[in-house]
Amino acid sequence: MTRTRLLWPALALVALLLLNLIVEPSFFELRLQDGHLFGSLVDILRNGAPTLLIALGMTLVIATRGIDLSVGAVAAIAGAVTCTYIASTGDALTAMALALGVCVVLGLWNGFLVAVLGIQPIIATLVLMTAGRGIAMLLTEGQIVTVDNPLFRQVGAGFLFLPIAILISLAALVAVALVTRRTALGMLIESVGVNPEASRLAGVRSRTIIWTVYVFAALCSGVAGLMISSNVSAADANSAGLWIEMDAILAVVIGGTLLTGGRYSLTGTLLGALTIQTLTTTVYTIGVPPEVTLVFKAGVVIIVCLLQAPRVAPALTRAPQPRQVEEAMAR
Amino acid sequence: MTALTQPRFLSRVQSRVPSRFLPVIATFVVFVLTFGAGAVRYEGFASGQVIANLFIDNAFLIVLAVGMTFVILTGGIDLSVGAVVALSTMIAAATLEAGWPAWLAVLAVLASGSTLGLGMGLMIHKLRVQPFIATLAGMFLARGLCFVISIDSISIKDPAFRTIATETVMLPGKVAITYSVLIALAVVAVAAYVLHLTRFGRTVYAVGGSESSARLMGLATGRVTVGVYVISGFCSALAGLLFSFYMLSGYGLHAVGMELDAIAAVVVGGTLLAGGMGYVGGSVVGVLVLGTVQTIISFEGTLSSWWTRIVIGVLLLAFIALQRLILYRQRDL
Amino acid sequence: MTESPPLVDMRGIHVEFPGVKALEDVDFRLFPGEVHALMGENGAGKSTLIKALTGVHPLEAGEIHLDGAPVSFPGPAQAQAAGISTVYQEVNLCTNLSVAENILLGREPRRFGVIDGRTMRARAATLLARMGLTIDPGSALGSHPIAVQQLVAIARAVAVDARVLILDEPTSSLDTDEVAELFRIIRVLRAEGVAVLFVTHFIEQVYEISDRVTVLRNGKLVGEYATSALSRIDLVSAMIGRELGVLEEVERRSERRSADPAPLLRAEGLGRAGAIAPFDLEIHAGEVVGLAGLLGSGRTELARLLFGADRADTGRVLMDGEPLRQRGGPRAALAKGIAFSSEDRKADGLVADLTVRDNMILAMQAARGWARQVPRRTADELVEKYLTELDIRPANPDAVVGTLSGGNQQKVLLARWLITRPRLLILDEPTRGIDVGAKAHIQKVVADLAADGMAVLFISAELEEVVRISDRIVVLRDRHKIAELSGSAAGVDEVMELIASGSTKVEALS
Repeated sequence: MTRTRLLWPALALVALLLLNLIVEPSFFELRLQDGHLFGSLVDILRNGAPTLLIALGMTLVIATRGIDLSVGAVAAIAGAVTCTYIASTGDALTAMALALGVCVVLGLWNGFLVAVLGIQPIIATLVLMTAGRGIAMLLTEGQIVTVDNPLFRQVGAGFLFLPIAILISLAALVAVALVTRRTALGMLIESVGVNPEASRLAGVRSRTIIWTVYVFAALCSGVAGLMISSNVSAADANSAGLWIEMDAILAVVIGGTLLTGGRYSLTGTLLGALTIQTLTTTVYTIGVPPEVTLVFKAGVVIIVCLLQAPRVAPALTRAPQPRQVEEAMAR
Repeated sequence: MTALTQPRFLSRVQSRVPSRFLPVIATFVVFVLTFGAGAVRYEGFASGQVIANLFIDNAFLIVLAVGMTFVILTGGIDLSVGAVVALSTMIAAATLEAGWPAWLAVLAVLASGSTLGLGMGLMIHKLRVQPFIATLAGMFLARGLCFVISIDSISIKDPAFRTIATETVMLPGKVAITYSVLIALAVVAVAAYVLHLTRFGRTVYAVGGSESSARLMGLATGRVTVGVYVISGFCSALAGLLFSFYMLSGYGLHAVGMELDAIAAVVVGGTLLAGGMGYVGGSVVGVLVLGTVQTIISFEGTLSSWWTRIVIGVLLLAFIALQRLILYRQRDL
Repeated sequence: MTESPPLVDMRGIHVEFPGVKALEDVDFRLFPGEVHALMGENGAGKSTLIKALTGVHPLEAGEIHLDGAPVSFPGPAQAQAAGISTVYQEVNLCTNLSVAENILLGREPRRFGVIDGRTMRARAATLLARMGLTIDPGSALGSHPIAVQQLVAIARAVAVDARVLILDEPTSSLDTDEVAELFRIIRVLRAEGVAVLFVTHFIEQVYEISDRVTVLRNGKLVGEYATSALSRIDLVSAMIGRELGVLEEVERRSERRSADPAPLLRAEGLGRAGAIAPFDLEIHAGEVVGLAGLLGSGRTELARLLFGADRADTGRVLMDGEPLRQRGGPRAALAKGIAFSSEDRKADGLVADLTVRDNMILAMQAARGWARQVPRRTADELVEKYLTELDIRPANPDAVVGTLSGGNQQKVLLARWLITRPRLLILDEPTRGIDVGAKAHIQKVVADLAADGMAVLFISAELEEVVRISDRIVVLRDRHKIAELSGSAAGVDEVMELIASGSTKVEALS
């Protein structure tokens, strides 16, 4: 099941890479310069790092039947907090810690609305999505705050053989995979996602788990926000992380995790995020204006939906969904 | 025993009648309060023209919110509306620039918006794609197509468009409104008629209440599910036309984030996001509330425009909380 | 009666789901002016047969004749247009619409192309009056109790001048009076020549209302009988195809327990407005306490309060004399060894998309917290043990639980709680909607558990079952605890009398 789910995003990724190779034969070339690795593939990974990180948090949120629309706004707030703090004190470390602290609070807020007040996630996080950029603008007073701090610059543009942003995202991926699959967290998240009430009655701390995933998602967005603003050494409250929530959700969906919650695939999300980023790069490579990338993204969504349809559509119209069969058999 | 049944009985009587209308009433109260606050604070705020301007400045949003109301009543969502507005301005501007007559340009815009809506509706109905994802694809597609037409803004010089954009209709009391307002109000009237007096409209509510039940009741749920997205697509295209009257240009970055305003207006207007409960009239008042907030902030002068977004966020929160409250009370029945 | 040609004639029906033969070569006939009961265990294929008739499921093979002409409906709408109306167990109407709309939407009266609200309400009122209902047709359906909604569903079904009315377990949410009311309406319709197909789990109802019976077993036809010529024993054995030996094993135990005077659980003045009036209750180790009462008497509500699934307004629960943490919810109860197997398996019992293994260890895992995963070996051993002990089929720990039949799902749920080794097990309708074999098995398990010293609170809609299995019976009526019976006083007749009696002030008769 999981295998076949991962097959299509993997094929799409390979196809895109091959297309790039045909258009640009030097596409796979990597070169080492001053101990730093460069090349188109590295660029894809680096540019995709924030999306991957946010998609990671999004995967867990979606697994609990939720969705977090506010991630882009949270990323913008993180950048705004860091840059305004650095601009006034010059202390990058405290600035970043402060920004991540703010993100945790924002995640707690989302989690509170969803887990405690029981508001539909899409709406609960819409509140912060709407208001969040306003808050970021408030922090930067509507300006683009530029900073020049070498430490801060490392997060988004630094190298440690590979770009540091890649390392952060991959480390987060591995950590999440270990934590969710080597402990019972993954199963409990899925259990809450499939049937929250049954989980509550079984003694699962649904609230805590839901709360945790929203805080984690906000934290991921915060780090992604740091990467984004570090990369350009500036906080742009208006456009930092704009539409990144859509890319992240797309990555999760392409990766085969259903928006209805339950079973999720981190590998799928990785493939999804890479596919989206490769697509963007491909569009550059073949010389189409970057704005038109959106058309291709739409194409990918539609293709993914069509590919899933032969399995999904008859399953829903003809009733061989496990639960429905059971229902039918039970009478 | 009486101690136990009495409060139950009371709460039933209290909430049965108004619970359906409670959100709409609340929206109206909020509108009166915000407008009242503006009127007290600023001289010349409480004039007929300021109210008329609310309609003039938000005519496109009203049309957009009407379409969104249909979708949300079925329990769906349409993220594509802002992008379709942009695409509509772009198609209108490009076709007019190419020398098409105005009526043909208008037809082209309405047809392409409806077709996009049809496509998303079919994806949702036939392929069982979640509305969120299907309309996200629609949003990407529409935005992307804008840039396929042109990366830059195209201004509209067509005399017919210019005339409709600038001509006003005088109402008694020296209040001027544009044709856009009349079009928007006509759309609201037709929508209310369809929702409340036709089988299609009642089926919209039925699907929002319980789609599986509606299907077992033999209602045409498929046609309705597809239909609401076509309606929303049509409304977005129409709103796009009104928006191009307003801006007199076509541009791929027009109406960025407008889907959020439309959703916010519908929610603030008291429509239940789970579907099945709400009124077009509520959405109109919702738009007026958002418009009033914007007007107050511009009257204030010192407040930055991003305060609008924060206030909309707070309003959203308040109305979502109110919806929760109503649902709790219904469940207690 | 059987001399006239059948109205519905289904021949050689085959229906398949992926990997499952749901119906194999089934014949079914329905004559005008008869009430025809369709009987069978769970998984026998009753619902599938109905859905095959109404076009919900496509046929692999076989044909359907309506009035002698072959038909094939693409969906329920077309079946309805041909005069075949269905009322399902769960009310399939829209609670956000008005009663009148629920009855008439789809064929609503119109004037100048517009829905004529006044005529619609008037017509709905007429139909409701025919069913003896005097509710406001303009009111929202959701403002009425389930039983009324069920009758509204029937009003919708007959509003089309249905020639065939299919009632799929319509009585499961109705109380005695409401069932009588429903039967009165069925008789009226029968007299008008409507063919009624009636699915039920209650054997008494078959004899009360039906003219003929068709029995299915495991997707195959067992036979078609005239009800008057079929004895109850024959009917039951046709349904389960084996002797009722297991049922006899669970003999009612006499009051052998009184040894431990200190109660395991004590509820003091526990109550919640709108759910159940404050009550006291004691449960001892090794005792089965039954809860008897009609639907809506507060049975489930009482259990949920004990477990902390709902928050109590008043009173407290003590385990071993120590009060449970206030507002602690299910976790506080679980920590003290209380387990609650809820009434609605699908809604708040099982996690349908997870495996049998995950479902079984869920409660144990939740108690340990997410950081300490139950070791794979321990999990496998426990799962293996209960798969065997409870005879769960298929005995595959990696099967997705949603694909199991109702009885097996119930057993998985039971296993989940047994794995946590509870001291008090609350079972809310553990035998509802499952087949006779699984039912007997679960009853036996309950008796064995109690014999091993576990306290059990047993809730069931079937009074006989409660009486047979319980040491002590708590009787509820109108959301009040009205009596506690034990020993010889706790017979079916006694309990029935209490439930039916008018006064609320019945002292405990122990």
